[in-house]
Parts: sequence; C-alpha cells; structure tokens
Amino acid sequence: MSLPAVKLTDVYKSFGKSRIINRVNLEINTGERHAVIGPNGAGKSTLFNLISGFYPVSSGRIELKGREITNLSSHQINRRGLSRSFQVTNIFPKMSVFENIRCALLWTTGYRYSFWHLCGRLKRLNEKAEELLEKISMTERRHVPAGLLAYAEQRALEIGVTIAGDADVILLDEPTAGMSRSETERAVSLIREVTESKTLIMVEHDMSVVFDLADRISVLVYGEIITTDSPDNIRNNTRVQEAYLGKESA
Amino acid sequence: MKKKDKKGFFMWSKHGLWIAAMLIVIILPFFFRSGFSRSMLSQIGIAIIFALSYNMLLGQAGLLSFGHAVFYGLGGFFTIHILNTVSNGVITIPLELLPLAGGFGAVIVGLVFGWLSTERAGTPFALISLGIGELIAASSLMFPSFFGGEQGISGDRMTVFALTGIRFGKQITIYYLIAFWAFLSIVLMYLLTQTPLGRLANAVRDNPERASFIGYNPHWVRTLQYALAAFFAGIAGGLFAVNYEIVTAETVGFIPSGNVLMMTYIGGVGHFFGPILGAVLVTFMQLSLANMTHAWLIYFGLLFIGMVIWAPSGIAGIIMLHEPVWKAKLMKRLIPSYALAVFPALILFLGTVMFIEISYHLSLSVDPTAPMHLFGIHFRAQSLFPWGITVFLILIGFGLLQRAIKRVRQSWGEVNLIMKKESS
Ligand SMILES: Nc1ncnc2c1ncn2[C@@H]1O[C@H](COP(=O)(O)OP(=O)(O)OP(=O)(O)O)[C@@H](O)[C@H]1O
Ligand SMILES: [Mg+2]
Repeated sequence: MSLPAVKLTDVYKSFGKSRIINRVNLEINTGERHAVIGPNGAGKSTLFNLISGFYPVSSGRIELKGREITNLSSHQINRRGLSRSFQVTNIFPKMSVFENIRCALLWTTGYRYSFWHLCGRLKRLNEKAEELLEKISMTERRHVPAGLLAYAEQRALEIGVTIAGDADVILLDEPTAGMSRSETERAVSLIREVTESKTLIMVEHDMSVVFDLADRISVLVYGEIITTDSPDNIRNNTRVQEAYLGKESA
Repeated sequence: MKKKDKKGFFMWSKHGLWIAAMLIVIILPFFFRSGFSRSMLSQIGIAIIFALSYNMLLGQAGLLSFGHAVFYGLGGFFTIHILNTVSNGVITIPLELLPLAGGFGAVIVGLVFGWLSTERAGTPFALISLGIGELIAASSLMFPSFFGGEQGISGDRMTVFALTGIRFGKQITIYYLIAFWAFLSIVLMYLLTQTPLGRLANAVRDNPERASFIGYNPHWVRTLQYALAAFFAGIAGGLFAVNYEIVTAETVGFIPSGNVLMMTYIGGVGHFFGPILGAVLVTFMQLSLANMTHAWLIYFGLLFIGMVIWAPSGIAGIIMLHEPVWKAKLMKRLIPSYALAVFPALILFLGTVMFIEISYHLSLSVDPTAPMHLFGIHFRAQSLFPWGITVFLILIGFGLLQRAIKRVRQSWGEVNLIMKKESS
C-alpha cells in the first residue's frame, strides 16, 4: 500500500471561540479523485486553507506524501507538490492571460527569483505556457488582462494557474460554482483531463459533478467528517441524506 | 499583411526610442552651454536613476517608501570614502567605476533593511521605511567619522586616475559620465522588469496570496526587489558624490526621500518611463523656479496635490491615455477642445500666481511695504487694485475652465464611442 497523498490526523481549527474544524481525520489516496461535500458553512474551505497552509491549525497533524507539513507556509507546501484554487477567483487581474500562466510556471521550471533571465527569451518556458494555454482553450484570449475575462474564463484560467506548477496534489474549491450547464460540462472535462494521474481533492456543491468525477466522497458537517465512502454508498447513506442531500432535494 | 507591417513598425519604434534617447543625451550639452544648465543636466541624470529606482518599489512592487534616500545618501558616502581611499593610494579603482561602490554598499544595506521591512506591504512597510529613515538620520549624528558631521565628507575626484584617460575636471565630462551611468541604469532597470523577479514583483504587488500558491515567498520577492532598488539608488548617490565631491548627512534625510516620491508620482508610477519624465520636470522646476520665485515650494506643493487629485496616474498616465486615440487617428477630434481649454487655464494660472506672489510678499518678504514687481509691473501689495485683479482672474479663469472641461469630456465621449464601434 503506497503512502496516502494527504493525511490529516486529529485536526482542529478554531477562530476565537468558535470551533470550525472539529477533529478531522482523513486519508486521501494517491491518484484518487476525492470530493468533499457538505452544507454551507460546514468548514470545507477552511479545511482547504489548513491543508494548503493558508491558516495554521489549532492542533493536529497534516502530512503530504508521508512528510509532515503542519503549519508550513503556503509557498513551502506548494513547492512540495500541492497546489490549489480558490472559491472566489484568485488570479493576477492586471496581467494578461498568458502572463498569468507564465508566472505560475516560473518556480517549477527552475527560474525562481532569477533577475538575470529575460522571460521573453526563455524558450522552454514560453513553449510550456503555450501548451497550457492550448489545454485550457485560451490561446485566443492570451493578451486579455485576466480581470476583464468572463467569469467562466476566469475559472478556467485559475485552473490553469493551479496546475501549471505540475503539482501532484491538486485542491479545487468549487471550480464550477456559478457556471451554466454547458460551462460546467466543459469545466468537468477540463478538470478530468488536467488531473489525469494526479491526486485531486475538490469541494463541490453540484452533485452531478461530484458523482461524475469522484472516486470517493467525504461529507463534512459542522466541521466533522461524518463519513467517507464511494459515491454509490454515499448516495444511499441515510445520515448523509439527512444532513445534506435531503436538504438539497427538499 | 497589414497587421504585420504595423508590428514591424512597432518593433522599430520600440528600439528607435532607445536610440533616439541615446542621441538626445549625447547632443544635449551642445544646446545647453552655460555652466548652470549643464550642471542641471547632470542633476537630472542623477534624479532619473534615483526616481526609476524608487519606482521599482512604488510602481512595480507596490511598496510606498518614505526612506528611499537612505540608499541614495549611503551610496554617496560609500563612494566618497572609497574615492578618498583611492586618493590616498591604498587601493586603485578608476573614477568611472566609483559609483559602483555606492551601488554595492547600498545593496548590502538594502538586503538587511529589505528583509526587516517587507514581510508585509501596505501600511506596515510604509511605517517601517519611515523608521529606517529616522534611524539613519539619527546615526548620521552619532557616527561623524562616517557621515562627517555638519560639514560632511568631501573628496577630490581629480586625484583619482581615470580608465578612459579623460580628465574629469569640467562639468561636461562629468555630464557624460553621469549620462553613461544613467543610460546603463535605465536599460538595466527596464530589463529587470522583464525577468522572473520583475514579473513576480508585479504579481506580489497585485496578489501576494496567489503568488505564495505558485511557489513564491512574497517576503523574499519584496526583499530582493528592495535590494535591487537600493542598488540603483546607491549608484545615483555615487554619481552625486562624484559630481559634487562632497556628501552631507542631508542626502540620507527625509527631504530627498520625499522629493523622489513626488518626482516619481508626478511622472507616473504605472509606466516604466513615467519617473523619467517626473525627474526631468521636477529637477527642472526646482532649479529654475527657485531662481524665479521664493515661493517655489508652494507651486511645487500645488502641482503635487493637483496631480494626486486629478491625475493619479501621472504625466505618463495622461500620455498613455491618448495612445489608443492616437492609433485610431482620432487625435484631431480632441485637439480643438484642448486648445479651447488653454486660454482659461492660463487665466486661472495667472490669477493663482498673483495670489501666491502677493500673499508671499505680504507675509514672508523682508519688507512687505516695499513695492513688489510681477511680470515687469511694479505695485504695492497693500493696495486693493492688484487683489481685485487677482480675484477677477481666478473667478473668470475657473468659470471658463469648467466649461472648457465639459467640452473636453464631450469630445472624449465621442472619441470613445467611435473607438468602441470600430473595435466591435
Ligand atoms: N478567517 C476566519 N475567521 C473567522 N471565521 C471564519 C474564518 N474563515 C471561515 N470562518 C467561519 O468558518 C465557518 C466555515 O467557513 P467555510 O468557508 O470553511 O465554509 P464552507 O464549508 O466552505 O462554506 P461554503 O459552502 O459557503 O463555501 C463559517 O462560519 C465562517 O464564518
Ligand atoms: Mg467554501
């Protein structure tokens, strides 16, 4: 059995007096697509913020590919191969689409803090950026400042920025929220394509997307994971229906 | 096909600009022959480097510093000390390379202060920069052997051998030395904006959170950017030392720190060339206005406030606003309305000048009862008549300008409409 991609042990998180994450234990297998679902305010985004180092944990332990990453800063965790997107689009709004992608590639292509390379002259870097633009179908929009893109395009660009660094663990926070049916379908096939042979953890409200993509699902309610199981079993789980799915269909 | 031609032209105009700039720098002293104007040109060259280095912080990294002159002044002191060491025969460094001593000294100090102050941008950074300015200003009193106390540290550049064999006695030779370093620094600072660090400085400015999720430590990006900005400020300070052969503690103080902020801002922080315009304009104003009127600081202050309120993107921003109009060949639709605004603007300007000069004469001159003269006219500041004219000019100018601005807005509306139609 290989090491889990991400492992949370007894993780707690409180803001002031309110405990938002309450003793979460979770193992994400390497290579699986894992969905985290739960009602609004359950703490899903907070959980992502803990795993990605955006917030420190109150207590507990987080491991990435067998190495402890508890309370490392986000850039350190990112360099160890974990990348994320945000629920509210988070890109570089003034930069062009191309520039967004290229910046996201710089660290892993090894240029890091270089002030002696000219980005325009780095052939491998620019080729990679082109490829990625093609992948997210934004070649045509390359010169547009990211802040001026349509919403669905911004979400696609954010996925591009998230996967650019070639991290093997990808966290996506509600990647299809606010999209139309057809946009959602396109986003799902993009996610499927770019997370091929990677570990994906995603928060998602759209149940069809969840059941379509996920290998396993965890249900988070009031900061606790009440169950982790296959999509079929989750669908038939009465506790889940009560806590979450029932509410949706009601 | 047509598109390609345009691109070719653009490429040419891009490099053509650099070549043209170099030519201008070379021939400029032939048009400005007086000692005063040549020393002004030298000062402008230094100010350009200084302002561009400041914009590496403010414009490119979003760091508002109130203490950037620390590196300018320290660069000056490092250079003058090295110059004196060379004079004493302890080491040999050619004069042309001495500004580098300022740059390298400043970069080391810059790494330390950069690390200390850039964990957060925004207010914490601005406040720490103020503290650093205070710290160095205070140290200048505590370490007279380095800062030279009241009279500063002086040196004699003629005692240092020159690589090029030029005798750097006359102002014109120093001008070319400064021009060389200014040109080199401009090119290097421009290229820096195209490097991974330069791009990431923008990224961290706009969204430090995202930057950290693509592998970068915003603190370290800012620190490096800060140190590089310090380097160029140090070069500028080094040139100051070579130019004046004396450096005093005032150079590390708040006056040059505030000055470089205003120059950069007036020029425009959003475009690379903005600070160049600001440095030229402000240095020119400082030197020539100071000759014309004692109240020049008031004019300067008014200009700065006016820019912050009405043109926060600076002169460069105003120019670049017209770029798409120019490309769409629609400037002819704007110019008439601009021309109509010139006259009321002049009237308002005249009124303001009279107001400032008369008040200044009344409150701050040696003998307020003595007649004053303005635009070649002699009058007494106490009599009512000049006040009447002043108020009249201001009111009329203001009223007419309002109408002119309405016209300008209208023309802009039309131009925007046309451009929108064409693009869709
Ligand atoms: N930085 C913070 N400080 C204080 N409270 C916070 C903070 N971040 C989140 N919370 C609180 O934690 C709770 C969980 O928020 P979180 O964003 O994790 O929920 P979520 O499951 O992602 O919900 P949604 O489906 O609406 O996105 C909310 O009550 C929120 O107010
Ligand atoms: Mg959320």
